[in-house]
Amino acid sequence: MAAVIEVVDGGLGTTLQDAGRPGFRRYGVALSGALEPLWLACANALAGNPSGAAALELRLTGPRLRVAAGRVRFALAGSADVAVSRRLTFAPWQSVTLEEGDELKIGAVRGGIAYLAIAGGIDTPPLLGSRATHLRAGLGGVEGRALAAGDHLPVGADEPDGSERRQSAFAHEDGPIRLLPGPQDDHFTPAARRTLAEEEFIVSRDADRMGLRLDGPALTHDDRFGDEIISDGVAPGALQVPPDGRPILLLADCQTVGGYPKIATAIGADLPRLAHALPGDRLRFACVSREQAVAARRAQQARLAAWIEGIAPCAPAGGLDEAALYSANLISGALYSEEP
Amino acid sequence: MPRLLPLGDAAWTVEFGDAIDPALHARVMGFARALEEAALPAVVESVPTFRSCTVHFDPLAEGADVLGDRLLELAASAPEAAIAGRRWRIPVLFGGEAGPDLAALAANCALTEEAVVARLCATAFRVYMLGFMPGFPYMGGLPGELAMPRLATPRKTVPARSLAVTGTLCAIYPFASPGGWRLLGRTPLNVFDTRQSSPALFAPGDEVMWQAVDSEAFARMEAADAQGLLAREAFLVAPEAPWPR
Repeated sequence: MAAVIEVVDGGLGTTLQDAGRPGFRRYGVALSGALEPLWLACANALAGNPSGAAALELRLTGPRLRVAAGRVRFALAGSADVAVSRRLTFAPWQSVTLEEGDELKIGAVRGGIAYLAIAGGIDTPPLLGSRATHLRAGLGGVEGRALAAGDHLPVGADEPDGSERRQSAFAHEDGPIRLLPGPQDDHFTPAARRTLAEEEFIVSRDADRMGLRLDGPALTHDDRFGDEIISDGVAPGALQVPPDGRPILLLADCQTVGGYPKIATAIGADLPRLAHALPGDRLRFACVSREQAVAARRAQQARLAAWIEGIAPCAPAGGLDEAALYSANLISGALYSEEP
Repeated sequence: MPRLLPLGDAAWTVEFGDAIDPALHARVMGFARALEEAALPAVVESVPTFRSCTVHFDPLAEGADVLGDRLLELAASAPEAAIAGRRWRIPVLFGGEAGPDLAALAANCALTEEAVVARLCATAFRVYMLGFMPGFPYMGGLPGELAMPRLATPRKTVPARSLAVTGTLCAIYPFASPGGWRLLGRTPLNVFDTRQSSPALFAPGDEVMWQAVDSEAFARMEAADAQGLLAREAFLVAPEAPWPR
């Protein structure tokens, strides 16, 4: 029988995401999909899924879920307080198999983002080839909105064998966010281009899946071109600058076209890092060449493949797993201590 | 000469000019068609706009490193799209609650509301691009004497399916949304319908005329469309039918 997960509490900002919805941008449909595709791939690999399977993207507070039917293996990529029924052992960066009636609760998410994957994937009906949620248009996912109490998530075909896996956290490189200049870098003063490469910018509170508005020095448009353009195509990573000079770094849910000049665009390899940016975080930028951008992508793909290769079995749920107990799971018993 | 602009490491924008102009857009659509026919393996999708076409691609796919040169060759050799897109005649209830800005726009250009509606319904609008939200068509061709800037203070909510104008552009809001364009009417048709295999009613290159309907016809069609009983094809105009130029 197909497993079903009941949402007891949706948490804050939890959406269903996958690898996104390419192919419909000419109709104004955003790409969407996971803000952090590498961690989505990690969570899916721990659960035994293909990289882009639909999983839950967690932002502020994770959900509380109950297995309403069947047997379900969960896996978490990211840092958060976690708790599961029956004093089972569960921690970030590992999997756990729950039986019908069991609950799993994820508390505050640290580091801006985490993914909870479910073996077999979440099997809601795809829309335009994707299960990704686009909140602004109310498309995809669960009725186009964030997860809410009472939702029932169908689980794709899977036969959890009770074996669990784990890996160390997938860490990102640090250093400045790398940019390719353009498409409208010539619409800005030389001083603005210098400022972008040399100064620090701060993520404002105006930050969501569409983009991050940045505080910091203003980027001044060149008077010869004015501060708007006849709308052209945009993409996640584009750094568009409205007339007030405060840049907006576009993310996965961004529109498909826009009328503000774009001084530069973040390279694909650094988009996953931007998913972790929280209000108040400081960002620095550095321009690189196209060759460097492509090399960074290749290196990142190789690192992800090696990480997936390094996933190791761990003690089955219910077994004594001291490492996990001491690392992150101490809260588990406390939350569910009243349960039989 | 077409220009190649970098939009990060996974997209190029091929720019043909810097104006909102049917001839320029015909070149964009000609390029988009040539690109489709070329079926380059690295290309993921393309997005035609007023004056350019953005080509999203996989930078790790074969041929990605020379894609920019290939796009410029295509841009130089692609013919203007001689074929027009599809032609639509779309019902609209003008004025009143459906079009709360019609009276002000008429007053601004010293015309009666009826005269404004007549001008609107005699104009063929070109769909330059879709964007802002799924299925939102940016259409050009509004007669210059009807042009007004957008509202100084945008509305918090524009009702879904509102026909709106700003400058010489015209659009229909597929969903309720904040918006600053001036609302002249509303169509009973869902212009982004996820029940359809291709949800967006319009595509870049399409041409659209409005047909004024009364509130009874509007209500009838609105109810039928909500139940999925309206065939979109019923609103297509045959290529040989008379069409304003």
